[in-house]
Amino acid sequence: MSKHDASPHVVPVKMLLAVWGALVVLTVVTVTVAQFDFGELNIIVAMAIAAVKGSLVVLYFMHMRWERPFNAIVFIASLVFLALLIGFTLLDSTMYQPQMIPHYAPAIHPQ
Amino acid sequence: MSEAARAPGGGGHEHPGHLAHHFDDPAQQVEAGKLGMWLFLAQEVLFFGGLFAAYAYFRAHDPEMFHYAHKVLSWKLGAFNTLVLICSSLTMAWGVRMAQLGKRRGLIWMLILTLIFAGVFLGVKYVEYKEKFEHQLLWGRNYDPDPHVLEEHGIPEDVAIASLPSKTAAPAETPSVEAAVPPPPAADGESTAHGGAGTAPDEGPAHPPENLHIFFGIYFALTGLHGLHVIAGMGVIGWILKRAVRGDFGPEYFTPVDMVGLYWHLVDLIWIFLFPLLYLIS
Repeated sequence: MSKHDASPHVVPVKMLLAVWGALVVLTVVTVTVAQFDFGELNIIVAMAIAAVKGSLVVLYFMHMRWERPFNAIVFIASLVFLALLIGFTLLDSTMYQPQMIPHYAPAIHPQ
Repeated sequence: MSEAARAPGGGGHEHPGHLAHHFDDPAQQVEAGKLGMWLFLAQEVLFFGGLFAAYAYFRAHDPEMFHYAHKVLSWKLGAFNTLVLICSSLTMAWGVRMAQLGKRRGLIWMLILTLIFAGVFLGVKYVEYKEKFEHQLLWGRNYDPDPHVLEEHGIPEDVAIASLPSKTAAPAETPSVEAAVPPPPAADGESTAHGGAGTAPDEGPAHPPENLHIFFGIYFALTGLHGLHVIAGMGVIGWILKRAVRGDFGPEYFTPVDMVGLYWHLVDLIWIFLFPLLYLIS
């Protein structure tokens, strides 16, 4: 942690293989779970599993667990801004609903 | 590294060859490089973010379109490619470990394995793209498949026919601007936007989604941008493979291997989200 600690963290082979195994298992889980219908929860379940897989990749394969906190802040900030982008896009998009004509796209389907 | 690392900036040529003169010591150089790399990765997240926002917008507003169109994609090929990329991430992380420990041969083999997995991924992607180009399952006005192809993938006949440009161009089905504006949106514009996802996914819809081409536009934009990143990743992995063969890396200096590894893991990370979003819509 100290500023003068230049020695890198070497991830043990066992830990690499364990993370790989967990990612494979979670891939099987996400495919299996997709066979069941949870209604509106489908997308949430799928994204939750993907978030766990992504966290494993970032924390262990990308060494974030042993990284300086500032680098983690940089990366997490990008995720916060991504959430803002998607969140506000979804909030704002319904404002134009009354101006939309369902299935009307003359640029793509010329009359 | 002690003597070399302590050499001051202007102090002759005692410092290691890989240390740029504007850094005090290798540790500072490594940290600066890592910060730069994480800033680049943050930019990459936002770069893809625009397309993810487009995905979220269209899926929220037309869930049926996604429900039907995604049936064309083979979840088996998608899952296979997910596993391939996970394996490539393992070999890349293992390669970084080899570089840190100064195992030159091990690093070279891990980089070669990573390149092979990347090649397999692109090969599967080629098979998927080829099928869609053959059947004109494409974006915008290039979308013009044979309806029987859509039905083979489990898309109901009325939806398949409604999605074709030739059918929607028929005068009886195309609403004029004036006629279409007032009735449906004013009444339940908000309720369909919020409750449309769970209400009527199964029976043949009264208004079959006609714009399946939007799904393929998003599919090709997202997987195409990701595929370009895979190709770029193969390029930089090939570059550090060449340097590893030359013997550039060791416990004292492996930053390029580390940085390329971070980039490659991000490419894997994005696919981890793309796979369920595109292939597993139930």
